[in-house]
This record gives sequence, C-alpha cells and structure tokens, in this order.
Amino acid sequence: MNTATVSEDETHQEHSDHGLSDVGYIKVALILAILTGVEVATYFVDFGVVEIPSLLILMVVKFQIVVSYFMHLKFDSKVFSYLFVTGLILAVVVFAAMGTSLAFWQDPAGCDASAFC
Amino acid sequence: MAVTTTQPRRPPLADTAETQTSELAYGRTDWDDHHHLPTNTGLTNEKVTMWAFLGSDCLLFGALISTYLLCRNRVGPATKGPTAADLFDIPFTSVSSFVLLMSSLTMVLAVTSIQRAEMERCKLWLLTTAALGSIFIAGQVYEFTGFYREGLGFTTNISSSAFFTLTGFHGVHVSLGIVMLVTMWVLVTRGNLGPERAETIEIIGLYWHFVDIVWIVIFAVVYLIP
Repeated sequence: MNTATVSEDETHQEHSDHGLSDVGYIKVALILAILTGVEVATYFVDFGVVEIPSLLILMVVKFQIVVSYFMHLKFDSKVFSYLFVTGLILAVVVFAAMGTSLAFWQDPAGCDASAFC
Repeated sequence: MAVTTTQPRRPPLADTAETQTSELAYGRTDWDDHHHLPTNTGLTNEKVTMWAFLGSDCLLFGALISTYLLCRNRVGPATKGPTAADLFDIPFTSVSSFVLLMSSLTMVLAVTSIQRAEMERCKLWLLTTAALGSIFIAGQVYEFTGFYREGLGFTTNISSSAFFTLTGFHGVHVSLGIVMLVTMWVLVTRGNLGPERAETIEIIGLYWHFVDIVWIVIFAVVYLIP
C-alpha cells in the first residue's frame, strides 16, 4: 500500500467521522429542495385527507435531514444529541399542554370571552 | 529479599497538568481530536454550550408556535380585522423558504472550506450565506408591510399579535445570524480566524441551521397547514 492510498483512506475515514463531502451536501440540499417542492404542491393541488399528515411527515423528514447532515448530529458526539433532543421533548410537552387547552379547557357552548377568543 | 519500591508522592492531577503543559509547549492545536481535549466530556465547551442554547431555544419557539396555534383563528370579542392566514401569499413565502433552505447548504460549504484551509472559498460561502439570509429578511419585511397595508398590525387582534411575535422572533434570530456571519467574514479576511479555529465557524453554522429548521416547522405548521 503506497502513501497515496493511505492518505486517501484517511480522507475517507475523516469524512465518515465528520460529515459528507461537498458533493454529498449538494445532494442532500437537492433532496430538501424536492421535498419543499412537494410541500408547496399541496397548496395548489387538493390532496384531500392526506394533506395534513403528508405535510407533517415532510416537515419531520426535512427537519431530520438538516439536523443529521448539515448540523452533523449523525456524525458527532451523542452528548449533543441528548442536549438537543431534551429541548425538543420539552417543546413537544409545551405543545401537548397547549393541545389540552383546546380539548379540555374550552367552553363547550363555544367561544369563551374570558379566554380572549 | 523482597524489594519494595516507593514512588515519590505526587500532588493530585499532576499528570494532567504535565500533559497539558507539554501540549502547550509543543504548540499542539488539534482540538478536533476529541480524545485529547482537556475537558471532562472530551468536547469543546463552546460547542456544548451552543447545543445547550439551541435545546433551550427549542422551548422558546415551541411556546411561540403553540401560542400562535391557540390564537390563529381568534380575533377577540371587541377587535376586528383579518387574521394573518387570510393574507398569506404562499408562492412568495415558498420562495423565501427555499432561499433560507439553500443558505444552509452554503453555510455547510463554508464550514468544509475552512476545515480544508481554503480561506477564499470560505469567505465566499460566508458572504453568500449572509446574502441569502438578507434576502429572506427583506422578504419578511415586504410581507409584514403588505399585511400592515391590508389592515393587519401587531395589535389588530390576538391572532395578529401571535403571528407577528412568532415570525418576528424568528426574523430577529436570522438577523443576529447575519451579523455573526459578517463578523466571521471580517475575522477571516483580516487573518484573525484560520483553519485551526474552524470550529468557531462550525458553531455559527449550528446556529444558522437551527434558524433554518425552525422555519421548516413554521412554514409547514403556520403557512401550509390550513
């Protein structure tokens, strides 16, 4: 094995540890652009009952791709993932608490003026 | 005859101090090698702090998005006026969203450039990212101005207050990101920031990608979901 081969192997190892190559990042951006195009298409085309679930799924997939590849969480220390996911879980808890206000704390007769609706 | 060797008593952490001193003496700067960082976690404190900040910022935007969803269709008993959702221009906002999404690509290219010591390319990508962010902010100002002309101000109703607070906070985050990017460009141009401190650009990049993912959520939940 010559020196050039060793150097190439090291470069590949480095990429697998710290992220993608530039071409890899451009491919990821292309995927994100296509997903955004599909999202926007739901505004012009009636997708019926699957519209909201598909928008939510697309949002989660785009979020996951940016966090994993552009923010390097897929390649970086798990400590960063724990810190970020903790914040995300707390945010989802806040969101769920808001959901309970819609489901349980509204006046069944309709608008409750004291709740500024 | 048993031979007993007695080691001289050393103060606690003497080995650690010796290692760090020798690293400094030989000018060791390979901070990317996690196993040799002089921190408990083996990770740089700056990067851990940024991730902790981003985790806490998730809570801020989680609360703001929740508030908007709670108030999106409420104009209040005494106030009138349209809601933001009545005035959305989805094609225009789609272009803004695409611009911000592509700025994440240019940001990550700036990070890989400085890691490879390609300083000119790094400067170009930093400026491109700042320019794309500025286009996004210009779009937001244009959108807000249009809403105001249509009679939707910050205090028009509960719905508009929640909308402007949410998107305004995001706009402030993007604006701060642009200031940081321009600052990085100045530092790189003056030669005060080299490849040995590539992690600084990476940390700014984390912040920039975060404002992008927040917009991914806002665009879907606030603008697209009816």
